[in-house]
Amino acid sequence: MNATSVVRLGLARGGLELRHAFTYLPDLLVGLFIPLIQILVLLLMRGHHVPGTTFSLGSLTLPSIIGVSFAFGGMIGVAAQLMTDREDGTLLRAKATPSGMSAYVLGKITVSSATTLMGLVITLILGLAAFPGVSLTAGGFATLAWVAVLGLLATIPLGITLGSLIPNPRFFALVMLPFGGLVALSGIFYPITHLAGWLQGIGQVFPMYWLGLGMRAALLPSGLASVEIDGSWRLPYVFLALTLWAVLGLAAAPPVLRRMARRESGSRVAARRERAMLRPT
Amino acid sequence: MSDVAAEVCDLRMRYGTTDVLHGIDFEIRTGEVVALLGPNGAGKTTTIEILEGFRARSAGRVTVLGADPEHAGEQWRARLGVVLQSWRDHAKWRVSELLRHLGSYYARYATAEISRPWDTAELIDLVGLTAQADRRIASLSGGQRRRLDVAIGIVGRPELLFLDEPTSGFDPMARREFHELVHRLTDREQATVLLTTHDLAEAEKLADRVLILAGGRIVADGSPDELALRMSAQAEVRWTVDGQRYVHPTDEATAFTRKLFAQYGEAVEDLEVRRANLEDTYLALVEEYEK
Repeated sequence: MNATSVVRLGLARGGLELRHAFTYLPDLLVGLFIPLIQILVLLLMRGHHVPGTTFSLGSLTLPSIIGVSFAFGGMIGVAAQLMTDREDGTLLRAKATPSGMSAYVLGKITVSSATTLMGLVITLILGLAAFPGVSLTAGGFATLAWVAVLGLLATIPLGITLGSLIPNPRFFALVMLPFGGLVALSGIFYPITHLAGWLQGIGQVFPMYWLGLGMRAALLPSGLASVEIDGSWRLPYVFLALTLWAVLGLAAAPPVLRRMARRESGSRVAARRERAMLRPT
Repeated sequence: MSDVAAEVCDLRMRYGTTDVLHGIDFEIRTGEVVALLGPNGAGKTTTIEILEGFRARSAGRVTVLGADPEHAGEQWRARLGVVLQSWRDHAKWRVSELLRHLGSYYARYATAEISRPWDTAELIDLVGLTAQADRRIASLSGGQRRRLDVAIGIVGRPELLFLDEPTSGFDPMARREFHELVHRLTDREQATVLLTTHDLAEAEKLADRVLILAGGRIVADGSPDELALRMSAQAEVRWTVDGQRYVHPTDEATAFTRKLFAQYGEAVEDLEVRRANLEDTYLALVEEYEK
């Protein structure tokens, strides 16, 4: 089968999954839950000020939250879906269908890109409407665009890699806990410069910090760069760090995914199902 | 199309230090329905997964539709249908939506002889899910879900269909409906089918040929009738004399019955000579192996 028809199948699959995400009530409620909490937190933070300035802490946090949503949607979301789909046999079904795995992965990339970008647009509209200081200039829009594209490239392949490596959904907490820690280290809810130097170092290793920084650069007045490391948005470093993670993820994901898919078989799905039923709830 | 759909020569499988298959040989001819029977742990699922290309074998030669399953491509994959145990996937999708989507993967592989995929409405009708066509898959009953699995397995009009314990967990009604579906498939489509089961009645009903797998070896290979005949030397004679019920196993039922009449004459009532059926053969063979 040639590449274009595989892409077409993948997009069709993504489109259908996207429709399910919006029409299947339980998923819709779960999907809306986190954004609603985020908005609530942001609204509560509006009255507070960034230390040393009169700028609203809520307005500073809003672009950072967009950065988190990329890491969350692309990495955690994709990893979780991969694990669920492996549990219930969706992956095996894809494997039993000609070009099914390629279309499956393309579908996942489509869904996760689309939902993440929709989240971006909604948060952005909310920010522009209700958070003073959040604005979108032409230059800001260009920054937003490339940070968003690089952000998807840096997170989705990582999510696919993680989802393929974690053998059992029970280990998912092993991903969620560090993720929560990373939010704290990435200067999302408070400027990173207020952390100890070595913690700043750890935070700067991971893409979440750079996603937040890039989004802040795109949406906030340039004066606010003063609360960042070096008093600058450091956009060349944002570009470099996100590109590095993208290259890493794109190199790791295909072989890891292939290895995982190769090992899938009916008896493995059945064995997992049995284990799941024995699991105390 | 060649006459042989699948050929297995000296197939061996070892997990760690345990041998699961000790060199099995068989072939499946085109258009045949073959049942792979055997107790749990005999290696049925391992065998079928190797043929499906889902598992790498340890040794031996396997050819399925002219290719080695381990190295065959998407073109080959498009000619196979797979129905496995315990599917729960695509719960949010609607029945017709999923069949139409999965069918579209096969469109490229249509040939002059085989149009692919199956028309969605026609396929849904074939498996008796017309009333559920627009329902979400999560809301289907166990039997309906299984019929959907079969529909997905055949949506690309496979030349060879694998059914792994298709009716385990079915109630008798669902089982009967399923058997009728398989009959319709094999009659109308002349599909070649390999199914695994531990239900002997099912094998007798569906299969042209039965392979009995015990302890990683094929211990019998033949039509259900042939296999039953192998044991037919063994028969059971039951009768009643003066209200007393007797049962006697014998190798020579005719001679025994003649003697019986010679001895008791008219007093023999409720005479019954029961020859071995597939189940007796199966149990005898498995028992023999386990000794």
